[in-house]
Amino acid sequence: MIELENITKIYRMGKMRVNALMGITINIQPGEMVALIGASGSGKSTLMNILGFLDKPTVGKYTLEGVDASRLNDNKLAVLRNKKIGFVFQSFNLLPRTSAVSNVELPLIYGGGRQRRQRALAALERVGLTERSNHKPTELSGGEQQRVAIARALVNNPTLILADEPTGNLDSATTAEIIAIFGQLNREGITVVLVTHEIDIANQTQRIIRLLDGKIASDEKVT
Amino acid sequence: MKVIGSLTIAIRSLLANKLRSSLTMLGIIIGVGSVITLVSMGRGADATITSAYEDLGHNLLQVMPRNPEMKGGFSLSPAYAVPTLTMDDVRALERVRHVETLAPINENFITITVGGESKGGLLHGATPEYNDVMNYTLASGRFITDRNVAGRDMVVVLGSKVATDLFDAEDPVGQQIKLKKQRFTVVGTLESKGGAMFGVSFDDVVIVPITTYQTRLFPQQTATGKDAVASISVQITSTELTDEVTDEIETILRRHHRLTGDDKNDFAVVSPEQVMEIVGQITLILSGFLGLIAGISLLVGSIGIMNIMLVSVTERTREIGIRKAVGAKRRDILLQFLLEAMALTFVGGGIGVASGISLSFLLSQLDLGGFKLAAVVSPDIVVLSFSVSIFIGLASGMYPAWRASRLNPIDALHYE
Repeated sequence: MIELENITKIYRMGKMRVNALMGITINIQPGEMVALIGASGSGKSTLMNILGFLDKPTVGKYTLEGVDASRLNDNKLAVLRNKKIGFVFQSFNLLPRTSAVSNVELPLIYGGGRQRRQRALAALERVGLTERSNHKPTELSGGEQQRVAIARALVNNPTLILADEPTGNLDSATTAEIIAIFGQLNREGITVVLVTHEIDIANQTQRIIRLLDGKIASDEKVT
Repeated sequence: MKVIGSLTIAIRSLLANKLRSSLTMLGIIIGVGSVITLVSMGRGADATITSAYEDLGHNLLQVMPRNPEMKGGFSLSPAYAVPTLTMDDVRALERVRHVETLAPINENFITITVGGESKGGLLHGATPEYNDVMNYTLASGRFITDRNVAGRDMVVVLGSKVATDLFDAEDPVGQQIKLKKQRFTVVGTLESKGGAMFGVSFDDVVIVPITTYQTRLFPQQTATGKDAVASISVQITSTELTDEVTDEIETILRRHHRLTGDDKNDFAVVSPEQVMEIVGQITLILSGFLGLIAGISLLVGSIGIMNIMLVSVTERTREIGIRKAVGAKRRDILLQFLLEAMALTFVGGGIGVASGISLSFLLSQLDLGGFKLAAVVSPDIVVLSFSVSIFIGLASGMYPAWRASRLNPIDALHYE
């Protein structure tokens, strides 16, 4: 499903060069649920952004479902973000002053297709938020906002969901609910990669990849 | 994605951010509206001044006293004139060929009193020829006659505004008014003519025989001790004869005033062209001033529009990041912001045009002490201010969106 080969990311900050990722090579199979862990600055968020086509690697080859992404132009990458991938952020990244259902509908508008409103409502139902569909983000709790974001990630039936510290801003009870939703989605056949720094959460996945200073420190199955 | 989709997004985005949308539009409204109002009012002033002079007629020469010590041709200001013309000069000028009418006119401001009521007006001392030159129409009664002039009669003809202000609907003919505490009998009233010059309405005029003016109201003598005439209007048969008639008037008056050799004229013959030339200089200055006002207000308006568009779109870089993260292509972003900017600038510009025109119209209704300044709203300034604002609005709305749409989604998301 995902094949990373020698992925390297170098940031230039003035004259300084920061090596965020150094030669990452990973294979992720369809239907896997993987946790990316590591200290802050270890490069796990950078790796997530590259996986989600939000950022481009400096060097390396990224193949998604057999397609070499490094050869694709911006428009093709936008289509991949829209159709194949659902991204869930730590800070939710919902449009302010816009209702939950309109936020969920957004990928459908860019992706085309009919019955957008019904599909958006169906996605909200999958995350258990039907009654709050007309509320704006400011009127929702953190957990509810993250469910809206997950519904938005789901609405176009992606094969891959990427979640960058999705529970980082949530309390422990809400965290359990959100992680349960990801588990449910994975059982329904969606590949899930999530970044976390909580080992409890990582242990609920099938495989833990630990990054250290931009390199893979360990990659092991959860037993 | 189709345009309909972008339009949906643009409209949703505008409606979701009503305050931001209205403020942006307000910037454009003020920009466009103020330019149109300022320029229209200025053009109105320009047109008022020009038309007041054009009303005088093109086949009318003015003979005026002139201080021979003064340099230059002549001045419109009476302060520079010493009295040199008399009724004898008028009679002498009757010999000039191609002259239709000779009308001596003396002029001063005066207070008209009826019973306890009084109002200000413009007093003209005149002969029967006055009306041929000034083009008034009698509303009732008759005009000043030669007999009135010969007898220095205490008779007066009232302008329409004087008549209605002092007598309401009543016919003033046969009634008495007081000028400088002396009784005058009203013999006629004039129809309204409209127009004004230097803030005095042409309908605020009162006319008495010129001899009465000279002896009983504002006596003024020339150096030779004769009653002074302030100006002589000379109506000629054809405008093409202006130079010929002017020469002849000068020859006759110089002889009549016993001026010889190098003596300078103690009078001036002013053609409408000369007056229009001076008026032209005044309005040219006014137009230049107006252009400056228009330019500055257009600049200020544009900077306002640019400012608000740049700020409101730049602060949405994160929103652009969100949209790109869920699959928006560059052209989707550009189309959305183009449509939003178009909606704001067109609606704002339209309201700006409407409010600029309405404000000009409202200001035209203001009574500025007897006359109104009719604004002239011309299409060129409407089109100019509208198109400049739209161009600036679109350019400054699109630029930050274009910049943001080129960023990696993650950089747009992390934009502060």
